[in-house]
Amino acid sequence: MLTAILIMALGAIVLGSALGYASIKFKVEGNPLVEKIEAILPQTQCGQCGYPGCKPYAEAIAEGEADINKCPPGGMEGVRKLADLLGREVKPLDAEEKPKQLAIIDEQLCIGCTLCIQACPVDAIVGAAKQMHTVVESLCTGCELCVKPCPVECIRMEPIAEKIDNWKWKYPVFEIKPATRAA
Amino acid sequence: MLQRLFKFKGGVKPATNKAPSVQAPLRIAPIPPLLVVPLHQSIGGQPTPLVEVGDRVLKGQPIGAADKWVSAAVHAPTSGTVIAVEERVAAHPSGLLTLSVVIEPDGQDEWIERHSLDHASLEPERVREILRDSGVVGLGGAVFPSHVKLTPAASVPMDELVINGAECEPFMTCDDLLMRERAEGIVRGVAIFRDLLRPKRVLIGIEDNKPEAVATMQAAVEALGENFEVVAVPTRYPAGGAKQLIRVLTGKEVPASKRSPEMGVQCFNVATAYSAWRAIAFGEPVISRIVTLTGNVEQPGNWEILLGTPMQEVIALAGPKADTNRFVMGGPMMGFDLPDLSAPVVKATNCIIAGSPTLFPPPAPEMPCIRCGACALACPHELQPFELYWFSRSRNFGKAQEYNLFDCIECGCCSYVCPSHIPLVQYFRFAKSEIWSRERDKNMADAAKARFEFRNERDEREKAEKAERLAKAAAAKAAEKKPDLPQAAPEPVETPTVDAEAAKKAAIAAAMERARLQREAAQPKNTDGLTIAQRKEIAEIEKRRAPLQAQQQAKPNAEGVQTQNSPKDQQ
Amino acid sequence: MTHYLFIIIGAVLVNNVVLVKILGLCPFMGVSKKLDTAFGMGAATTFVLTVATGASYVIDHLLLAPFGLEYLRTLSFIVTIAAVVQLTEMVIQKTSPLLHQVLGIYLPLITTNCAVLGVPLLNVANKYNFLESLVFGAASAIGFSMVLILFAGIRERVDGADVPVPFRGVAISMVTAGLMSLAFMGFAGLDKYQ
Repeated sequence: MLTAILIMALGAIVLGSALGYASIKFKVEGNPLVEKIEAILPQTQCGQCGYPGCKPYAEAIAEGEADINKCPPGGMEGVRKLADLLGREVKPLDAEEKPKQLAIIDEQLCIGCTLCIQACPVDAIVGAAKQMHTVVESLCTGCELCVKPCPVECIRMEPIAEKIDNWKWKYPVFEIKPATRAA
Repeated sequence: MLQRLFKFKGGVKPATNKAPSVQAPLRIAPIPPLLVVPLHQSIGGQPTPLVEVGDRVLKGQPIGAADKWVSAAVHAPTSGTVIAVEERVAAHPSGLLTLSVVIEPDGQDEWIERHSLDHASLEPERVREILRDSGVVGLGGAVFPSHVKLTPAASVPMDELVINGAECEPFMTCDDLLMRERAEGIVRGVAIFRDLLRPKRVLIGIEDNKPEAVATMQAAVEALGENFEVVAVPTRYPAGGAKQLIRVLTGKEVPASKRSPEMGVQCFNVATAYSAWRAIAFGEPVISRIVTLTGNVEQPGNWEILLGTPMQEVIALAGPKADTNRFVMGGPMMGFDLPDLSAPVVKATNCIIAGSPTLFPPPAPEMPCIRCGACALACPHELQPFELYWFSRSRNFGKAQEYNLFDCIECGCCSYVCPSHIPLVQYFRFAKSEIWSRERDKNMADAAKARFEFRNERDEREKAEKAERLAKAAAAKAAEKKPDLPQAAPEPVETPTVDAEAAKKAAIAAAMERARLQREAAQPKNTDGLTIAQRKEIAEIEKRRAPLQAQQQAKPNAEGVQTQNSPKDQQ
Repeated sequence: MTHYLFIIIGAVLVNNVVLVKILGLCPFMGVSKKLDTAFGMGAATTFVLTVATGASYVIDHLLLAPFGLEYLRTLSFIVTIAAVVQLTEMVIQKTSPLLHQVLGIYLPLITTNCAVLGVPLLNVANKYNFLESLVFGAASAIGFSMVLILFAGIRERVDGADVPVPFRGVAISMVTAGLMSLAFMGFAGLDKYQ
């Protein structure tokens, strides 16, 4: 009986100290997982997940602090990808899924206060103090961070319109109905 | 001369249905009452508009300039007045809008000044520029700018120039008619291509179901004393695919990762050669093209139609029968249903087929894949459509790409042979556009990340600089306080600062006043030349805005504080 | 030499850990959705299982057998395997970030893999010597990886196929696994000379 306890204790001590030593000796700074998670996130830096940007959210996911369904711009597609990467269950999105949007400044109402310029995380708004501001469409990520700071509520979000450049073939559906157009 | 022919894998033999539309000779369509010329008609950059509303344009006058090397210019198809430069329905399966120049013809059909040139006396670079500025693009349907393809590869000597007159799509006869009636022009155009690329051989491939075209082309080649080989190739769809025709004529297989010039071959459509000759020898840009009107119509045939002619005008020429229920642009294999008949004829429009329930019966319902492998046997690119189908269906796009989804030319052979009537090509198109969209999103995300990181870095730096400045100022103040240090007459310094500040304020006030005046002066210009609908919209907006403005005027102080605060916030 | 060959064939095909011995089913069902992850899991398991069989052989013969503590076998094996997995993960993370990226998230999963515990216990039951234990461990792991990869390949295909609605998801996976198990029964009898 005593031998058994001693042997097991010895084993525990040896293994424990080996692990302890290894955790100090082989300590690695940073988590490579963070990079992979961040690559999936849409980089809108919108903060809708409750973290100040995509990287902090990625870090929180990697640490296991945050759930994977907190990113509305990433949509269900993003949740699915994260679940795939992390081997977690797919969960429904924790918010409403919206189509991709674009901020638009009503240039007639803009008073040139520069508040939105400071709020934009990707420098997609140009303008100067007391000059009209405008959104550079191709750079806007649709994060909505500029909407709140505007004192005159001249910024609105609009879903990105379907154009020939971003038009997509639809998933084939059963029975393609012939066009019923008069000749 | 015995030409050895090769075979490409797969392919199908659908009923050609070409006979009805070759009976009548080539006819020239009348000028329509309105022309809608889309600016983006070729692969590559979007040409920038060169004309404004109200301009009078002459026939052949450039209205859209090529904005980069892979791009081609667009021209006015006839003389007239530009009545709009706006978004109009495009000849595209989506039926979405594209920036177009709308021209009201004046009926005089007055040409712009044309220069007839001899390409032999010009620098090759100049010839390519002329072709680009004449809007010469691949008229077989791919509309890739031809001048780009006419630059020989630096490393590989050009062995063969393949001229594509195969026209393998059923129903379509526009190239056939062109070869029958304008063979000389084609051969002269091919000579231009030959002089630019300097290939060892020139092969003109024509499917053997067009013996008249083969004969006239042969005669034209002989008459002009050229050594081009006119070859009749076996009729099998898609023999007119560039890679397939190259394979048939030269035995060379262009691998997935390479383009044909890297294999020493280049391929052009006969109509492209013809338009290149017109552009060089007559200074006539591409403003019209031959379109086959066939299917369920009274008078099938080929018409030379001005680009920008709305489809309904074109269709009226052939007289569709009463039971026509759809119109297909392109052939029945690769074409698409026109969603809107106000879409114009563009450089890619080679054929319009009127369809009826008897001509194109509604597709049978899709049934489960039975793994028969017929699609793999039919695929001319030796892909495995059934694999691609499963991966596209389950949205496993990475796998689909691994199975070379992007080598699919969407020829439709697999869908044609599928015993389960699975619309395979539609699945592939869906998968392709999904992948493109994801790539766009990924690029957007990467760019956003870079900008975000740069912004953070800049914020940090600015903060550090500000802290440094403050520290310096504090140090200076501390130094000032020390009584034993001699001061360099503080009083004279102070007065100019006050003056300067006053001047600055005055300047700002003046600037604001100027801005206000400017705004007022500029205001009316915005509302010039608006449509009634737009005016209505503006009126509505103004109505909505009125209470807001009243509110603002009511408390001007609040706004004043706001504007005064803003520069400080920015620091 | 033939003796080892028999051990290998026996462990990979005839007495496959997953399909015949029905061990290690959690990763078999859990990590087989995609081919890539199946490869990663297979590689990680092969590595850990080989090391674990060696380590447990040493523990068993040097620590437990001399003191007559064979009844503590299961307990001490679990502890050893867990420690080995942890240690391996840390070492790999430090020395080869690339390998860690491939194996990284699967390593902790292996700690609770019953195949990894079952194989050392089978070693003891079969009275294998050290070398035999290692070969048996590696071969079992290869058998595990092979089946996992095959299964992942099939599941990827099944994903795109027209599966009747009531069978979709886990149901069809179970049916597939059952059919695979049946197929592996075909190997039974191959090792009758052993």
